[in-house]
Amino acid sequence: MADTITLAKTRSSVADSLRCQGAGMPDPNGPRGAKPRRRFSRRNIFLYGTLILIGAYYLLPLYVMIVTSFKGMPEIRLGNIFSPPVEITYQPWIRAWAEACTGLNCDGLSRGFWNSVQILIPSVVLSIAVASVNGYALANWKFKGSEVFFTILIFGAFIPYQVMLYPIVILLRELGLFGDLSGLVLVHTIFGMPILTLLFRNYFTSLPEELFKAARVDGAGFWGIYFRIMVPMSIPIFVVAVILQVTGIWNDFLFGVIYTRPDQYPMTVQLNNIVNSVQGVKEYNVNMAATLLTGLVPLTIYFISGKLFVRGIAAGAVKG
Amino acid sequence: MAVDASGASGDVPTVGQGARSNGPENRAPAKRPFQLFRNLNAKIASIPMVATALFVFVGCTLWTVVYSFTGSRMLPRFNFVGLDQYERLWSTRRWLVSIENLAIYGVCSLVFSLVIGFTLAALLDQKIRFENTFRTIILYPFALSFIVTGLVWQWILNPEFGLQRTVRSWGFESFTFDPLFTPSIVIYGILIAALWQGTGLIMVLMLAGLRGIDSSIWAAARVDGIPKWKTYVFIIIPMMRPVFVTALVLIAAGIIKVYDLVVAQTNGGPGIASEVPAKYVIETMFRAQNLGQGFAASTMMLVTVLIILIPWAYLEFGGKKRG
Repeated sequence: MADTITLAKTRSSVADSLRCQGAGMPDPNGPRGAKPRRRFSRRNIFLYGTLILIGAYYLLPLYVMIVTSFKGMPEIRLGNIFSPPVEITYQPWIRAWAEACTGLNCDGLSRGFWNSVQILIPSVVLSIAVASVNGYALANWKFKGSEVFFTILIFGAFIPYQVMLYPIVILLRELGLFGDLSGLVLVHTIFGMPILTLLFRNYFTSLPEELFKAARVDGAGFWGIYFRIMVPMSIPIFVVAVILQVTGIWNDFLFGVIYTRPDQYPMTVQLNNIVNSVQGVKEYNVNMAATLLTGLVPLTIYFISGKLFVRGIAAGAVKG
Repeated sequence: MAVDASGASGDVPTVGQGARSNGPENRAPAKRPFQLFRNLNAKIASIPMVATALFVFVGCTLWTVVYSFTGSRMLPRFNFVGLDQYERLWSTRRWLVSIENLAIYGVCSLVFSLVIGFTLAALLDQKIRFENTFRTIILYPFALSFIVTGLVWQWILNPEFGLQRTVRSWGFESFTFDPLFTPSIVIYGILIAALWQGTGLIMVLMLAGLRGIDSSIWAAARVDGIPKWKTYVFIIIPMMRPVFVTALVLIAAGIIKVYDLVVAQTNGGPGIASEVPAKYVIETMFRAQNLGQGFAASTMMLVTVLIILIPWAYLEFGGKKRG
């Protein structure tokens, strides 16, 4: 967010005649002529008006979440969903974090949060470690059949998870990992593999081959080149992968609900259980505080990482 | 190590053709056993990938398909019953409702995602100020999980306290907008949330596609006096075919997987009005303990994916050599 604002400021300070150039970006609409445009042309009012309305629509749910979470229940029952809180209360947040009930446990979302952290860290590290080595092998050390396996991997990403859920339960049970957090870590590593391998393979392929050859001549082996050349040169793509995995794993619901025991449920599963539990009076303010708390981690990453997040999803979307 | 030896001889270790051109120079019979150990470290490093590809993606999928022809209930048992499970599946009302919902949701989601995504991208591509701010705002829901998305929209669409009551309190007494509790339109309520969450991604893709269009195209269209909307419809969109195909595949893959959103927003309700196939599979397998039925349903999901995937793969890779 911060950099968008500064960027906008620098742009507005650029002289009017330069404005058409869009701060040095390539001009996709062709030449518009030298005539400087009026700031409040009818076109601009229409364009910005539409964009502001759209922006407001997209921001609305976030706004509703925030205002609801700071209201007391009486105010929610009487007032309108969009009005800001008259009396700000932090009680819903405290309740959501430490007191909300799922079944018999009443220790709030904090349990789910710590479970999610425990799942997140090893999953991110392991999946990225495995996928980056895979990508490296595919980019620089192709062997007979490596492309076949890679193709299977990519097509496998399109298979609905439901098809593989039960056999994986059996596999995990055979390995003694079913119902254990390490089993879930393994599942995240497996299902993160296609996209991450693709990401790393494409990045490593784009690095100049001379570097690799020079290292080979100097006698470096498979792991030597990986650790001393590839990893240090690929920090940006590792950051992209971390962003991709942290948001993906944090937001996961399906694997969490199937491969863990109830006391180990990640935050998303616990959130759903709290909000959609049928017992008791519905506390909408607590629900919204809990929802915001769960969304806070990916949102923070999104707003901090900015362009890198976009790069991550673009890399994930555009097949190599 | 084998790798170091081949490195010392100075050949390029990438790809099989290095090995092939090297082959005739060495005596063939003596070389044979070493073929497996060539590039050994890379092969060891690829074990996770190979295992995932073979055991999980191929193995587990085949296992499910095979066991969908059995009468397994609580535990998988290999008692072959032919197509029984499929017959039962297609005569279950809940599955038929799920399929119908998926069809409505799928078509609407595809059309609206593409139209909205492209329109937003075109709006952002008008060399506007604050482009980054607008993009950040439109994309942020994509960072949120389906659970969060579903719960927020469940709250906004709550008939008692949400949007409906607020609009009524403004004086429109008879205003009714209650999709989540109206069986006939509940799937559209889910669609609203899904579009809010997912259109940002399509917009970003489309925007990247628009930026990739040569500016001389625009100049030429201007010189010829073609109106802007016509340029978009008849020139730019056809030129962006690959981007549209990518977006299509992404949206389609997402449609079939839709599960968490429904669980969070309606949990299939009211009644079974918003059930989807993914939810049917998971509930028959893990709650109703009717494994064979779940396998059959998930195999049907797989078939749906293949129907989409095979033509796409054919178009995308058919002409070229793969890899």
